[in-house]
Amino acid sequence: MGQVLVVTSGKGGVGKTTTTANIGTGLAAAGHKVVLIDTDIGLRNLDVVLGLENRIVFDIVDVVNGNCRLRQALIRDKRFEGLHLLPAAQTKDKTAVNPEQMLKLSAELKKEFDYIIIDCPAGIEQGFRNAIAGAEKAIVVTTPEVSAVRDADRIIGLLEAADLREPKLIINRIRPKMVRQGDMMSIDDIIDILAVDLLGIIPEDDMIVVTTNRGEAVVLDQNTRSGQAYRNIVRRILGEEVPIINLDEEEEGFFKKLRRIIGLK
Amino acid sequence: MGLSKLGEGETDLLDFITKLFGKEYKSKNIAKERLKLVLVHDRASISPQMLESLKLDLIKVISNYMVIDDENLEVSLDSSGNTVALVANIPVKGMKRTAG
Ligand SMILES: Nc1ncnc2c1ncn2[C@@H]1O[C@H](COP(=O)(O)OP(=O)(O)OP(=O)(O)O)[C@@H](O)[C@H]1O
Ligand SMILES: [Mg+2]
Repeated sequence: MGQVLVVTSGKGGVGKTTTTANIGTGLAAAGHKVVLIDTDIGLRNLDVVLGLENRIVFDIVDVVNGNCRLRQALIRDKRFEGLHLLPAAQTKDKTAVNPEQMLKLSAELKKEFDYIIIDCPAGIEQGFRNAIAGAEKAIVVTTPEVSAVRDADRIIGLLEAADLREPKLIINRIRPKMVRQGDMMSIDDIIDILAVDLLGIIPEDDMIVVTTNRGEAVVLDQNTRSGQAYRNIVRRILGEEVPIINLDEEEEGFFKKLRRIIGLK
Repeated sequence: MGLSKLGEGETDLLDFITKLFGKEYKSKNIAKERLKLVLVHDRASISPQMLESLKLDLIKVISNYMVIDDENLEVSLDSSGNTVALVANIPVKGMKRTAG
């Protein structure tokens, strides 16, 4: 039986979709059968982040309405045989799916996949309700900003009220230099305030934008910190104990960068 | 503040001076304090559904002991300053003889 995880945040744009794509790709790279569900109906994103936008025929609304079989709507990843996407519908709205249907869908997918990862839309309305309905565990993504942490706190409360206890936190877009200068809240500050377990931290990294431009996942890039950070998160999900990445180590210098660019590693 | 008019060296100097003056000037401490305060109030809120189910539970429990006017029962969370209290106003119509 597979495990159903939801990736949520409250505040928009903090990195849910990026995180879903990278954790999913990382788990698939480790040989697991994974399906990613985009529940952001009307604002489909996960397909382009994964580089699968040209292959969509059916979507999640087609599946729950019985317009197609579940199998037909699942899109297989270009690289990993074990990785699949169930895309959101682009032209409908969030009421096109309800929590009961999501519950049924997760139950079905659990029979076949090891990990079902649900990318949640921003907000706390129906889209959120749908996304968490079938989930067994929650990952909350935040950034080190007052508004994002505040929204994360609200989401943690709502998750607990929905019996999704002990959500795990990912702090994204950390800028080590600003933290050192005292101009950005640190990991400890945020954990202290939210009182939840840390699943991992991701630095602010241009390579996330670059890999996303290409429809690739940074988790596969051996030379980037954010890739390393996502690989660590994947290993933690798989039950390994991995220390939190130290972002204070010297940032990539000019020559290392150059060597990477010209492919000398 | 027109910081953009300052050159690189000057902003570094400003950074240095800011650091000299220590903790309270660091923006992350301001962020943390503001966040803590706003969360005290956020966390003190309760959803209408939860309040409704709390009311029903209260009625159930109290009705074992006394007859109450459940139409006019009021329950709310009061958050003033830094403390939060559950305030309930429950009109009692009569006592039950076999209470206990
Ligand atoms: N660590 C990072 N470093 C640099 N850019 C990042 C990082 N994380 C996310 N981004 C960028 O931030 C943007 C928003 O990310 P993403 O789409 O994953 O957020 P989201 O939470 O899914 O947003 P929404 O709420 O709209 O669904 C994207 O352009 C992404 O490439
Ligand atoms: Mg998204």
